[in-house]
Amino acid sequence: MNRDEIILSGLGGQGIILAGYILGKAASLFDKKNATHIQDYGPEARGGACRTQVVISDSKISYPYIDNPSVLAVMSQEAYTKYSPRMRQNTVLLADEDLVKLKKSKHASLFAVPATRIAQELGRVAVANIVMLGFIIAITKVVSVEAMKKAVFESVPKGTEELNMKAFDRGYSYGLEKLKTVKGEEK
Amino acid sequence: MPRVGPLVGEFFMNGDTACAEGAISAGCRFFAGYPITPATEVAERMSARLPEIDGIFVQMEDELASMNAILGASWAGVKAMTATSGPGFSLMMENLGLGVMLETPCVLANIQRAGPSTGLPTLVGQGDMMQARWGSHGCYSIIALSPSSPQECYQLTIKAFNLSEKYRLPVLIMSDEIVGHMSEKVVIPPPEDIEIFSRRKPTAVPEEYLPFEPDADLVPPMANAGEGYRFHVTGLTHDERGYPVMTAEAQDRLVRRLVQKIEQNKTDIIDIEEDGIDNAEVVVCSYGISARVSQFAVERARDEGIKVGMLRLVTVWPFPEETIRQISQRVKAFVVPEINYGQIALEVERCAGGAADTILVPNMGGSAHRPETIIDAIRGAVR
Repeated sequence: MNRDEIILSGLGGQGIILAGYILGKAASLFDKKNATHIQDYGPEARGGACRTQVVISDSKISYPYIDNPSVLAVMSQEAYTKYSPRMRQNTVLLADEDLVKLKKSKHASLFAVPATRIAQELGRVAVANIVMLGFIIAITKVVSVEAMKKAVFESVPKGTEELNMKAFDRGYSYGLEKLKTVKGEEK
Repeated sequence: MPRVGPLVGEFFMNGDTACAEGAISAGCRFFAGYPITPATEVAERMSARLPEIDGIFVQMEDELASMNAILGASWAGVKAMTATSGPGFSLMMENLGLGVMLETPCVLANIQRAGPSTGLPTLVGQGDMMQARWGSHGCYSIIALSPSSPQECYQLTIKAFNLSEKYRLPVLIMSDEIVGHMSEKVVIPPPEDIEIFSRRKPTAVPEEYLPFEPDADLVPPMANAGEGYRFHVTGLTHDERGYPVMTAEAQDRLVRRLVQKIEQNKTDIIDIEEDGIDNAEVVVCSYGISARVSQFAVERARDEGIKVGMLRLVTVWPFPEETIRQISQRVKAFVVPEINYGQIALEVERCAGGAADTILVPNMGGSAHRPETIIDAIRGAVR
């Protein structure tokens, strides 16, 4: 049974929940797999720790929770501190390198991206989550690029589609470049 | 404003949203409610969708008024619903009883969070299952359905409307925070593929119409306001004409019928899902999100060679007494995981009548069970 277990985490307001929703939607509606998306829901909605769990599987998903993620994306120091102890030996860790100080030696498979900085370059910090999604897809391929593009396009606020597609592409190409230069541990 | 009908196609949506879409597919055109986590998304969706389809959305001053407003809308001939959670569910109890007494079709969704009182507003619970059965004063029967996925939130909301129209009573959707907030694929079929039941109308001429005279299934046909039939409705004990009669005889006649119209039609109402019950030594019986986690645990236990079956209660009330009774003759034990300190487990125990053990796997709320907890209980049950 192929079961991808993805945790996206960061701060409330970074669009973590939406990113998880888009990932689940892409897998479910466009890649025709089974997917569940759950969110940590609470007063952390603005500024506190925030997490979303996405399970993608070829078979029916009865348990939507993730104990040890196969993919962990962190966009805040707190999220890294909180969730990195839950990593398996082969968990792929992806981090916003400007927001998270990583203990590099600890992780077998680590990929860093300046997602927020790229978003700022594009003119809106709010699309950092979509940059991160592009990066995640390039590195992990948990969902097809076509499916992701459709899901991003359909899910972001009207009028911001072009900006978000650009953000996705930037994250995606950054990821592909990274794969060429880095194998395994971040240098 | 553009007019759009029910959605058709595949969607990635959460359980609350799917519940609202199910209501729209079922023909619901009136929603009255008061926002409360984790049920707010039902109201939010309805507030966006109902104006698009000539429906009415009202944000009421509280939950008492919300429940009353949907009763009134239903008597005006409109399919109506409300949605709430824990504290709001408590406030709706009085007028839920009024809905039962007036035999008013409507739907009440409870997206359960952990109580008592304000409890854990944003986190899961299943502690209102007995309140769903007995929460309003007096003696009555009720129908309650428990979805385990967003897809089922959609389907069971349609079913809830159909049952409420068929049996003329408020029907409860006993969902929970996890199912309500979880997103998953929801398939919405074209309207012509959806079975819709609407209240039976009287065939008598208006002069001879007795609004509470039942048909053979114990359900009286229902005239809507403005259709030319005169009727009187009251929360007082009443006769077939709908007028108050303050006698033990009238009470006996009315209350027996209110209970029996559900009990007598149980086979039509009850929906359960069985998996691997036939050669099972132990059967896990659960509902809602807990049934989903249970299914995961059951599959792991089978990998260990344990003969374990799964019984998922889609209909929780009326309780599938006969099914439990029959299974209890063949198995060692029932394992009942639920996010409370033992409610449905009491029913299972009652129906098993000592023929099989009942092992509660309690959880006080705030999160779903850990699968290992349920697997341990299954292991313990076969030992």
